[in-house]
Order: sequence, then structure tokens, then C-alpha cells
Amino acid sequence: MRVVRRRIADGVAIAVAVATVFPIYWMVLSALKPTGEILSADPRPWTLHPTLDHFRSALGVSGFGRYLLNSLVVALAVVALSALIAFLAAVALTRYRFRTRTTILVLFLIAQMVPVEALSIPLFFQIRDLGRTVPGVGLNTLGSLILVQVAFSLPFAIWMLRGFVAAVPKEVEEAAIMDGASRFTILWRILFPLIAPGLAATSVFSFIIAWNDFLFAKTFIISATENQTLPAALLVFFKPDENDWGGIMAASTLMTIPVLVFFVFVRRRLVSGLGGAVKE
Amino acid sequence: MSSSVTLRRQRLTPLWLLLPALAVLVPMFAYPLYQLGLLSTFEYGQPQVSGGEPARFVGTGNFRTLFGDPAFWSVLNQTVVFAAGCVLVTLALGAALAVLMTRIGRVARTVLSFAALTAWAAPAMTGSVVWAFLFDSNLGLVNEVLGLDGYNWLYDRSVAFALVGAVVVWHSFPFVMITLYAGIQAVPGSVLEAAALDGASTFTTFRRVTAPMLRPLITIVVIQSIIWDFKVFTQIYVMTRGGGIAGQNMVLNVYAYQKAFASAQYGLGSAIGIVMTVILLVVTLFYLRALRRTGEEL
Repeated sequence: MRVVRRRIADGVAIAVAVATVFPIYWMVLSALKPTGEILSADPRPWTLHPTLDHFRSALGVSGFGRYLLNSLVVALAVVALSALIAFLAAVALTRYRFRTRTTILVLFLIAQMVPVEALSIPLFFQIRDLGRTVPGVGLNTLGSLILVQVAFSLPFAIWMLRGFVAAVPKEVEEAAIMDGASRFTILWRILFPLIAPGLAATSVFSFIIAWNDFLFAKTFIISATENQTLPAALLVFFKPDENDWGGIMAASTLMTIPVLVFFVFVRRRLVSGLGGAVKE
Repeated sequence: MSSSVTLRRQRLTPLWLLLPALAVLVPMFAYPLYQLGLLSTFEYGQPQVSGGEPARFVGTGNFRTLFGDPAFWSVLNQTVVFAAGCVLVTLALGAALAVLMTRIGRVARTVLSFAALTAWAAPAMTGSVVWAFLFDSNLGLVNEVLGLDGYNWLYDRSVAFALVGAVVVWHSFPFVMITLYAGIQAVPGSVLEAAALDGASTFTTFRRVTAPMLRPLITIVVIQSIIWDFKVFTQIYVMTRGGGIAGQNMVLNVYAYQKAFASAQYGLGSAIGIVMTVILLVVTLFYLRALRRTGEEL
């Protein structure tokens, strides 16, 4: 009886897993199918004639290679800057007691709920004006995207890293101080490597915020199409009633793979980072 | 003498460490938020953007326009209903699967968590595009399988919302599932053993022991989901092509964006943004209270 129930539970779990993965499978499959099979009235869940044509045309003709590169530049810059800044802030908020500490923490929490999409209205004018004095971060530049995405990823990154910094025993630092290490050494040689797993988990979230954004890319990158990022470019590709589904699925696949790789890479740390919210 | 120098240096350090964060957040987050509030009190349209006319202060005028417009109330109403639906389904599914994960073998568990990971990782943009393809009226797999050739899933308001809701749930149930599963795992085995020794059934143990211990975590997950689903933008914008046929699938976030950038009513768009911010602020206050109750030290 027990075994049967276990088998049924296993079966349900596998069925849910298949249903969950199916859209992703269909995306990759359609990207590899020849156009004739996509247009066929009798779609099959496999293909006997896989082709890279859609990838070739997406990367070549439609310029997705360039957009992919832009997206990578923005996302990696955001990850690096946000990890660095968040690390310093997290140390300040866990290792020191000062009067405004709780207020700052609450503000970071509140910042996470702000509908940033609405901020695109004032930010549009702000970036436009900023570009007149600082050329690298005005409208139509990748710099403007990096700037706003670092700002949007910081509150969550700081909030999450705090737990990882707090988990490092104070004795480690105290021992280092006894040995005469400077604050700088403690920060970079001792704390930084110790919270590397936390940084990896936090980076996933910053990466996703930057990688997924299409609203700000669409709003800021108006005329310089060569500076477009993947999601915004994909939206241009996505036209009512005359979709090149093969090309769209190929571009979507290219857009999904880096995130998926990143996720699988830090999977364990991700779960342990979230599990930290559970009190025993 | 030297000790007072160290002390002063000690006191300065947190400020130095926080400085880079503040240098980014104040101009790129706090100031735009202030500007959003300011813009919401101005009439700011195309002539003002191009500098042809000065911005005109209208006080609460934009809000009065908004609150007097039946379209705004219907958008607000459907935003709340849509978000509530997404939250309920996400939580029910996520919680049921978290419990299921404790009852299955190692292989099935690995397969399920890996599958959940792919949905979680899929960018909102690609998720929306792929689902739009699956439900395409002419070439979509769903219509072919169901024999509904030519049926347009976006034609009916509720059907379109249900479809977008399904994508939102697909993206967000993995977070709930994995977080709650981690929570269940963290319940000490000794407590469960004690319940079993006292003759409690599996169901009773869950209802009387596991669920109460998880309550703080569940509260956090609920409020986090409310905040996310209330702000859904990409799925609606992409799948219903900017808010649905004649704007029937507008939610507040998309409505604000369209008012500002499509109709060049930046003041009115900002007012909608302020309304959203206030609603979410209230939700966040509940979140803070819940966090405090978990005993988490800020």
C-alpha cells in the first residue's frame, strides 16, 4: 500500500515536471524545426530534420548577435557593480551598529516594492538631461541601462547578502585583527571570499533583473538601434499576425540559455540562500 | 589619544561602506521617486516636453481626473482581481507541490526541482513569447490539439486574463514551491517524531504541527507574491500587445506606461504610478509586521 502511494506521488511529480518543462522544450524544438514543419497543420513533438537556419538568420540577418552582446555587457556590468556595492553596504549594515541602521534597512525593503516601471516616466527625462552633460549615460546608451539596473538590483542584493555576512562568525575577523590585519585586508582577503557563495546567489537575481528588462531598454534606446538589448529587440520582432515563429523561438532560446546556465550553476546556493529565511 | 582616533575611525567606517550604495540609490532611485510625485501634480504633455510651453501646476488635478474616470476604476478593479487570482493559484500550486516533494523519491524530486528551475529561470519576455506561440490562433499547438483552429485566445477579456495569469503562475510557482519545501525541511525531525509517537495521522501532523511552524514563512511568501503579481508588466504588455483589444486587459502598471508614453500624458501617468506606489506601500507595511513577528532581527 505504501509503495503504491509512493509510486502515485512519483508519477504526479513527474507529470507536473513534464508539463512545466514543456513550453521550454517546445521553444527549443521550434527553433530547430525547419519552417515547413512549423507551418504544418500537424505539429509533432519532435523533428527528424533539425536545422540551425533560424539561429543563423536571427544572429546574422536580424542582428541578434549584436543585441546578445549588448545584453551581456549590460548584465555583466550590473552584476559586477551591484555585487561590489552591495557587499560593502551589507558589511556596514551587519557589522556595525549605528543610529540610522534600522531606518536604512527598512528603506531598502520598501524600495523592493516600488513599481519601478512607473519610475520610467521621471527617469526618461532625467536620463535625457543627464546625457546633455555626461555623454556616456544619456538616452540611446548602454550606460544609461547599466546605471538604472544597478540601482534597481541593489536593494534586494543588499537585503539578501546581509544574511550571508551575518553568518560569518565574528571570531574570524577578531582573529585577523589580533594578527594585525587592516580593515581593508579583513574586507577583501577574509570576508569577501567567505561570502562568495552568497554573492553567487545574489548575482543571479541582479543578472535576471538586468537581463530581463525590456521596459527601460525600450524607453531609453529610441533611435540608436545598434544599442538595443535582446528583450526589446525581440519585441520588435514579435509582430501581430506575421510572426516568424522559427526566428522568434531561436532568439528566445538564445535569451534563455545564459540564465538557465547561471541558475543551474548556483542551484544549491540559491536554495540555501532562500532557506536562510526559515527559522528553526 | 590614539584610542579616540580609532573610535572615530570606527564610527566613520559604516558611512564609507554605505557611500557607494547611496551614491547610486539617491540619484537613480530616491530622486526619480520624488520626481514621480512632483510630475503627478503637473500638466505635462508633448508641448511641455519639447519646451514649447512651461509645465503647468495643477495640484491634485491629475488625481481628480483619474478618480472621476470610470476607465481608471475598471483598470484598478481588474488589476486587483487579476493579482488576487494569480496569487491564489500560485500559492495553492506551490504549497501542494512543496508537500508532494516531501513524499516522493529522490529521482522524482530532482526531476521536479530541475523542471521548476527552468520555468523560474525563463525570462518573462521569452515565457510570454513561447506561450503566445503555443496559444497562437493559427499555428499554435494548443489549437491544433484541441481542434479549435482559428480561435483567438485574446478575444475575450477573461480568457485573455486567464492565459496571461497561467504564464505568471508558471513563472512564479517554483519560488513558492522551493521556499516552502526548504521551510518544511527545516522543521526539526524530533517534533514530527513526537507527533507520530502520540499517534497523530499524517494529515493532523501537517495541520497541527508543520503548518503553524511555517506560518511566518507563508506570510512572507504571500506578501512577496502579492507585490510581484500586482506589478505584472511584461506578460500583459507582450502577450496582449500593450493591454489587449481596446485596452480590455490593462493593469495599472501598463496603464501608467501607456498614458505617459503612448498618449504623452506624463502627469497623468505619474499620478497612476503614485496610486500604485501607495497601494504597494500599504502591503509592505503588513510585510514588515509579518517579518517582525518571525522574530527576524533587522
